[in-house]
Amino acid sequence: MALKLYGAPMSTCTSRVLTCLHEKDLDFELVLVDLFAGEHKQPPFLAKNPFGQIPALEDDDLTVFESRAITSYVAEKFKETGYDLTRHQNIKEAALVKVWTEVESQQFHPAIAPIIFQFFVAPLQGNSPDQTIIDANLEKLGKVLDIYEAKLTSTKYLAGDFYSLADLHHLPYAYYLMKTPAASVVNERPHVKAWWEDISTRPAFKKVAEGMNFGEK
Amino acid sequence: MAEIMKVHGSVISTATQRVLACLNEKELEFEFIPVNMAVGEHKKDSFLAINPFGQVPAFEQGDLKLFESRAITQYIAHGYAEKGTTLIIPGRPMATLSVWMEVEAHQFDPVASKLNWELFFKPMFGIPTDNAAVEENEAKLTKVLDVYEARLAQSKYLGGDIFTLADLHHLPNISCAMKTQVKKLFDSRPHVSAWVADITSRPAWSKVVAMGK
Repeated sequence: MALKLYGAPMSTCTSRVLTCLHEKDLDFELVLVDLFAGEHKQPPFLAKNPFGQIPALEDDDLTVFESRAITSYVAEKFKETGYDLTRHQNIKEAALVKVWTEVESQQFHPAIAPIIFQFFVAPLQGNSPDQTIIDANLEKLGKVLDIYEAKLTSTKYLAGDFYSLADLHHLPYAYYLMKTPAASVVNERPHVKAWWEDISTRPAFKKVAEGMNFGEK
Repeated sequence: MAEIMKVHGSVISTATQRVLACLNEKELEFEFIPVNMAVGEHKKDSFLAINPFGQVPAFEQGDLKLFESRAITQYIAHGYAEKGTTLIIPGRPMATLSVWMEVEAHQFDPVASKLNWELFFKPMFGIPTDNAAVEENEAKLTKVLDVYEARLAQSKYLGGDIFTLADLHHLPNISCAMKTQVKKLFDSRPHVSAWVADITSRPAWSKVVAMGK
């Protein structure tokens, strides 16, 4: 069993997979992809992911890309080891995990990704963060988090009273958000804030968070 | 589960169509409950109780309430794996199927949806099209479809040798796009074009289209 993850420790999507691998107590090799040299856009890497994005996972002759497909694959293949991220033994709970995984993918991600881009990536490209884009997306994110606030008053985690892949998928982008002034969107919502404090202090994520910086410590 | 499945939605909603296509492929009985979006029914408390995001479709089976079309299709495909069309491939091949489901969700859908909004829905509602947005998104879709062309040159369907959820999830937005100027981007790529012709001619999809007429 030789799992190789191609990516970079500061990358949100790579971190999503790293957290999942740690929750499942799996051995793996992290192979660094040099983003600043454009390695992810060149033929050897494009053979692993034709969309030229990290991460990609190799498991012997199988290559998987798209971070949420990788976590899904890992959680399913290793469902009997480590933490149960998918509630596979309970059809209803498993369905609810899928619902809130889709919520992260379709509601949360589109609102938070542009904010993180403006604060962390734009400066690397020589631009100042665009406050208009940040404000517009914070408004959208606020509406999404209002729904999370209501949900988290009745269940401890998103899919139920159990931590699942649905919660895990939020970690990397939310982690970066909490380093910016936009953190107020979480801090102003008590149940969302408590949920964040819980999931971000899980040992599997704390390990990954150590590598999540652009040198701005 | 033996209880009747209920789908709340709208026949012109692409997300609702995604779920209907899946139920048809699986040859499953269900109750369709139209949601009158024109009067804001999807934003009222009774609907928000099923989907707090106020979007169609929403799904009920007994006391199980689900939303997000791709979560609903996966629940149906896994839960009724033995019935109708096999929309998933168990074991190791499921990984590749998952990859292309995520590709649909993150690479294809955001771009195709924007184009359909500008070129199909805005004219329907009498709102002017934003030509800059069309140009920007056509350029993005071109790059995505180049990857699809290479993929479909090596594999009959996106997820593997058989039609699966990875292909099905594309049907509503492809069908809509083929009615607009974006059609040329699909037609000009032989493997993509053949795949589109194949998946859009499936009887289960034709039934969904007929509901919208």
